[in-house]
Amino acid sequence: MKMGLWFKAAAVVVMMGLAALPASADPLAAFNGQKGEIRISGGTAHIPVMEEAAKQIRTANPDVQISIAGGGSGVGIKQAGEGLVDIGNSGRKPTDEEVAKYGLKVFRWALDGVGAVVHPDNPVQSLSKDQLKQVYAGAIDNWKVLGGQDKAINLYTRDEASGTRDVFWKRALDKGDIHAKANVVPSNGAMKTAVANDPYAIGYVSVGHIDVTVAPVALDGVVPTNETVKSGAYPVSRGLYSLTKGEPGRLAKAFIDYLFSSTGQQIIVDKGFIPGN
Amino acid sequence: MDGERIAQKVFLLAAVLSASVTVLLLVFMVILGLPLFQGGLFLRILTHPWLPGRQLFGVWPMIVGTLAIASLAMAVAFPLSLGVSSLIAVVAPGRIAHLVKSAVAFMTGIPTVVYGFVGVFLLVPLVRETFARGSGLCVLTAGLVLGILVAPTMILFFSDALARVPGSHRVAAEALGATPAQVLVYVLIPGAWRGIVTGLVLSTGRAVGDTLIALMLAGNAAQVPGGLLDSARALTAHIALVIASDFDSLEFKTIFACGILLYAFTAAATIAVRRLGRKGEPVR
Repeated sequence: MKMGLWFKAAAVVVMMGLAALPASADPLAAFNGQKGEIRISGGTAHIPVMEEAAKQIRTANPDVQISIAGGGSGVGIKQAGEGLVDIGNSGRKPTDEEVAKYGLKVFRWALDGVGAVVHPDNPVQSLSKDQLKQVYAGAIDNWKVLGGQDKAINLYTRDEASGTRDVFWKRALDKGDIHAKANVVPSNGAMKTAVANDPYAIGYVSVGHIDVTVAPVALDGVVPTNETVKSGAYPVSRGLYSLTKGEPGRLAKAFIDYLFSSTGQQIIVDKGFIPGN
Repeated sequence: MDGERIAQKVFLLAAVLSASVTVLLLVFMVILGLPLFQGGLFLRILTHPWLPGRQLFGVWPMIVGTLAIASLAMAVAFPLSLGVSSLIAVVAPGRIAHLVKSAVAFMTGIPTVVYGFVGVFLLVPLVRETFARGSGLCVLTAGLVLGILVAPTMILFFSDALARVPGSHRVAAEALGATPAQVLVYVLIPGAWRGIVTGLVLSTGRAVGDTLIALMLAGNAAQVPGGLLDSARALTAHIALVIASDFDSLEFKTIFACGILLYAFTAAATIAVRRLGRKGEPVR
């Protein structure tokens, strides 16, 4: 009996080891003995995932240097297309024109929603699509009208190169006007900071970026969360893409493969996105 | 060839290179912005509003934004700098002046982003709550921080100018029974005014050219600001925001209009300073 117990214990250990192997060792093995640099830029929604992946790759192999810059989806598409970076990130699907012009190869590794957000103290946390459109057009300019305090609504939007803006404008505002008085911030992170610091703000961020510092606004009764984005109940969503000019180089390919590995997919989940293509 | 002639050639080359970079920059901007000069487009860009939805890509709101933010910054920085440099020169010379001067010199070295960061977390909420209007990201916030940012440079300019007023003038005034305040107002400031104007013009150039403060604190709304508490976008911030858009689009081309405007402004400021310097004693 005792032997049997030991045998069982040993078998369990071996099995655990085997199970763990493909998950942890395999995706990073592609970087073994490699040396060089991976340059990444573009979409700012992607940054938390990129940084975590880069951290793990750097820990496993310090000879691989990974630089990550923001700039927005427009920058990601442009810089990847012009060969300025190895991987360009985009929060919108590159147009057929862009794919053809630059010979881009498109990797979609996550699904992400874009949700309107307000300060957590704001009592208005649910809007109809029509109300949201009127708020952004400037037709509704006081929170009182929506059941909140008697304070002017401070609008926040993103710059024109933003993929997040593109999706929000098309799917949430139906390409409606965004008033010229809206403050413009240059990244998802800056948007979150701005809204978290302004009790009368309304802005929009990638659902993966929503945390306790900001409150999501339900759109027609549906709160933007990973579950509602995944089920399709929340309609304002897009893919997160990484682009390379033609076939990726060896290091860039290893990086993208890592994103699609089980560890990479776990990072994507941990950072609040929905993995898969 | 002897050493001296070689050195002469090397220095000449360096001078020609750096001078030609300045000229080439302008040529580059004009060539890339060439499509703008056809059919009065340039004028339309300068005077129209920015409404991408209606295919209107005018930078007029940004011109007004830049002027509003920079003038407010100068209105803050000028009295502040004149006061501090007077303190250094007259009111408290000696150890205190030395201390103040080192602190000011240290301030010139603080990275702009630190000022912006402090502004976002301290001044923006303060402005929003005090005036109970707008988001706190506005002309006022950006102007105040920008004023504090350019003040140290201005103070150093002013104190140098005040220190260059010949000591004999000062002694003569004191011998006539002038108080330190009278010495400052009737002898030192008139004697140093050229240096003061130079410092003012160069600091204005810096305030107009600064990107980060406006980008972080002014709100960047592409509208003509109607007041100090309105969100505004500076020309520099506009370049930073639009540079990521599509190369072939008209909105991208407006960058060159902004660049040319900023270049023209800096050139005008430099020429003004030169003129001033040539009139009287050497200024720098």
